[in-house]
Amino acid sequence: MSEKKVIVKLENFSKSYGPKEIIKSINLDVYEGEFITLLGSSGCGKTTILRAISGLDEPTSGRVFIDGEDVTHLEARKRQVNTIFQNYALFPLMTVYDNVAFGLRMKKVPEDEIKTRVDKMIKLVHLEGYENRLPKELSGGEQQRVSIIRGLINNPKVLLLDEPLSALDLKLRKKMQIELKQLQRKLGTTFIYVTHDQDEALSMSDRVVVIKEGNIEQIGTPIEVYEKPVSLYVADFLGEANIFKGKVTNVSNNKTTVNIKDKFDLTITEDNYQIGDSVNIVVRPENIRLTLVARKNNCIQGTITNMVYDGYITKVFIKVNNTSYEAIINGNNKNYKINDEVYLYWALDDSIIIGDKK
Amino acid sequence: MKNKIIRSIFIVPVILYSLLLIALPIIYVLIISFYKNDSYGGMIRTFTLENYMSIFNSVYIGIFLKSFLIAVITMFICMIISYPFALAVSHKNAKTQSIFMTLVMVPFLTNSLIRMYGWIVLLRKNGVINQVLLSLNIIKNPLNLMYNNLGIVIGMVYTLLPFMILPLYSSISTIDYRLLEASSDLGANKWKTFTKVILPITFPALFNGGLMVFTPALGFFFIVDLLGGGKIMILGNLIKNQFLTARNWPFGAAIAILLIIITYILIMIYRKIGGKMDDLGA
Repeated sequence: MSEKKVIVKLENFSKSYGPKEIIKSINLDVYEGEFITLLGSSGCGKTTILRAISGLDEPTSGRVFIDGEDVTHLEARKRQVNTIFQNYALFPLMTVYDNVAFGLRMKKVPEDEIKTRVDKMIKLVHLEGYENRLPKELSGGEQQRVSIIRGLINNPKVLLLDEPLSALDLKLRKKMQIELKQLQRKLGTTFIYVTHDQDEALSMSDRVVVIKEGNIEQIGTPIEVYEKPVSLYVADFLGEANIFKGKVTNVSNNKTTVNIKDKFDLTITEDNYQIGDSVNIVVRPENIRLTLVARKNNCIQGTITNMVYDGYITKVFIKVNNTSYEAIINGNNKNYKINDEVYLYWALDDSIIIGDKK
Repeated sequence: MKNKIIRSIFIVPVILYSLLLIALPIIYVLIISFYKNDSYGGMIRTFTLENYMSIFNSVYIGIFLKSFLIAVITMFICMIISYPFALAVSHKNAKTQSIFMTLVMVPFLTNSLIRMYGWIVLLRKNGVINQVLLSLNIIKNPLNLMYNNLGIVIGMVYTLLPFMILPLYSSISTIDYRLLEASSDLGANKWKTFTKVILPITFPALFNGGLMVFTPALGFFFIVDLLGGGKIMILGNLIKNQFLTARNWPFGAAIAILLIIITYILIMIYRKIGGKMDDLGA
C-alpha cells in the first residue's frame, strides 16, 4: 500500500485569546480522502483548530499546511477549503440556487458552467425543484444540505464541518449522518468534522481525534479509541465506562492481577505493569454479564439498585461495596429485578487497563 | 372583565391623545384648506379648491422642487456618513458600541433651536471655522458657509443624522457574523461581501432611515430660517409664513395637506417595497 498523502498538516499549532491558551502546541496530519473527526467537549478548542485550517483565525504560533503549501497567513477566501457552519449561515436573501452558485460566481466561472455544476450538486442531495426557494422556506435538514453543497461545489481540497448536525432533531441527525458519510465516500473529499457527540464521531469517522483542554488526547480509528482508550478521559468520554481503581499485586504468564481497594482481585491479559503500580481497569457496560451463580475469574457480587428499560436494551445498575457499576442486558430481561443479588463477570480480554499516570 | 378595565386605563389616554392632538388638528387643517381667505386674516366658511389651484403656480412649484432637492441631498449625505459609521461601530466590543451610540443620542438632550444657534457661531462669516481657516492661511477670504443652501444642508444633516444611524446600526449589528465568514470562506473579498451580503440585508433599514430623514427635511422651517437667513424658502417655512406672516390660513392649510399626502405616498411606497424587504430580511 502506498504512503497516504497528507492534505492538511498542523505544526506546533497553538492559539491564545488574550491570556487564555485555547490550543497548546498540537501536531496533526490529515490524510487525503479521509473522514476525520475532532471530538471533544465544548470549549476544548476543536472549533479553534477548524478555524485555523479555514483561515478564519490565525494561529498564535505554529504553521498550517494545506496540500504541502504553507497557508498560515493566507486569507480564508484564497484557501481551497470550505466550511460548513453550525447554523448553516445561508445567505437569507438569496435563493438556493444563488447560495450554491455564490462560490463559483466569486471565482468568475461562466454562468452556463455554473448552471451545470449547481444542477449536478442539487441532484446529488435530492433538492431538485427547490432552486428558487429562499433558505427560510426550507426545513433544517434541507438547509443543511444546501450549505453542504454550497461548500462542495467549489471542489475544496478539504471540507470543514463545524457541528453541522447539532441543530437537527435526533431522527434527522441519524439520517443526515448516513447521508454525509455516503456523500463523502462517493466524492472522496477529505472531511474534517467537529463534534461533541461521541456517537457521531464513532459512526462516521475513519479516524477520531479526541481533544481535551487544547491537547490531543488520542488519535485512532473509532474502534481503537473506543476499545483501546489511552486515558480515563477518553474511556469515559466515548461511551459509558465502569472504572475499577486498584494496585497490581501479581504478574505472571501474560496475566496481571489487580487488587481493587482491598476488596477483590481482577485478572487481565497484559504484562506491561509491575507489582505495586496503581492502575485503572475499565470495562464497558455492554461487556459485563450478569449471572446468579458465581464464576471463577473476574466475578464480583453486588446488588441491583436500579434498572432502566431503554427499548432494545436495559441498563442495570449494580452496587458493589458502595460503588455503582453499570451493565447492559438485551431487551426486557425478566430474570433480574431490583434488590437482586447478582454476580458480574466479563471476558479477560474485555478489561482495558490504564495506568494511573494518564 | 377586570383585565379589560385595566387594559383600557392604559389605552384610553393614548387614544385620546392621538385623537385630540393629532387627528382633530389634521381634520381642522383639512377643512380650512377649502375655506376662503378674507383680507383681514380671517376665513370665510365656504367650499373652494382655489387654495389648491394656486399651489400650481411656478413660484410654489419651484419651492416644492427645491425642498425635495434639499431633502434628497440631505438624505444621501446622511446615508454616506451613517453607513461607514454604523458598520465600524458594530464591529467594536459591546462597551465601545454603547459609548458611541450614546454619543449619537447626546445632541437630543439639548433643544434643537439652541443647537442651530451653535451652528451659527461656527459657520458665520467671522465664525469659528472661518477664523481658524483664515489664521492658518488656508483661505484668503471668509467662506460663505451659511445664509445659503450649504448652511441649510449642514443644519439638516446634523439634525437628522441620528435618524439614519439608528436603524442602520440596529440592522447591521443583528447580521450574523457567520454570514460574513461564510462569504469570505467562499472566496468573496471585503467589497463583494459588502455588496452581496451586507447591503441587501440592510436595505430595508437604509430605506427606513431614508424616509425618517427625508420627510422631516421637507418641513424643518427653523433650520431654513436660521441658517438660510430668511432668504431661502422651502415647504416648511412656506407653510409657517402662510400661517404666521401672510395670515392666509386656508392656503397654508392646503400646502400642509399636500405635504401630508406626499409623505403618505412615500410611506405607502415604503410599505410596498421596503415592507416586503423587511419580511425577507427577518
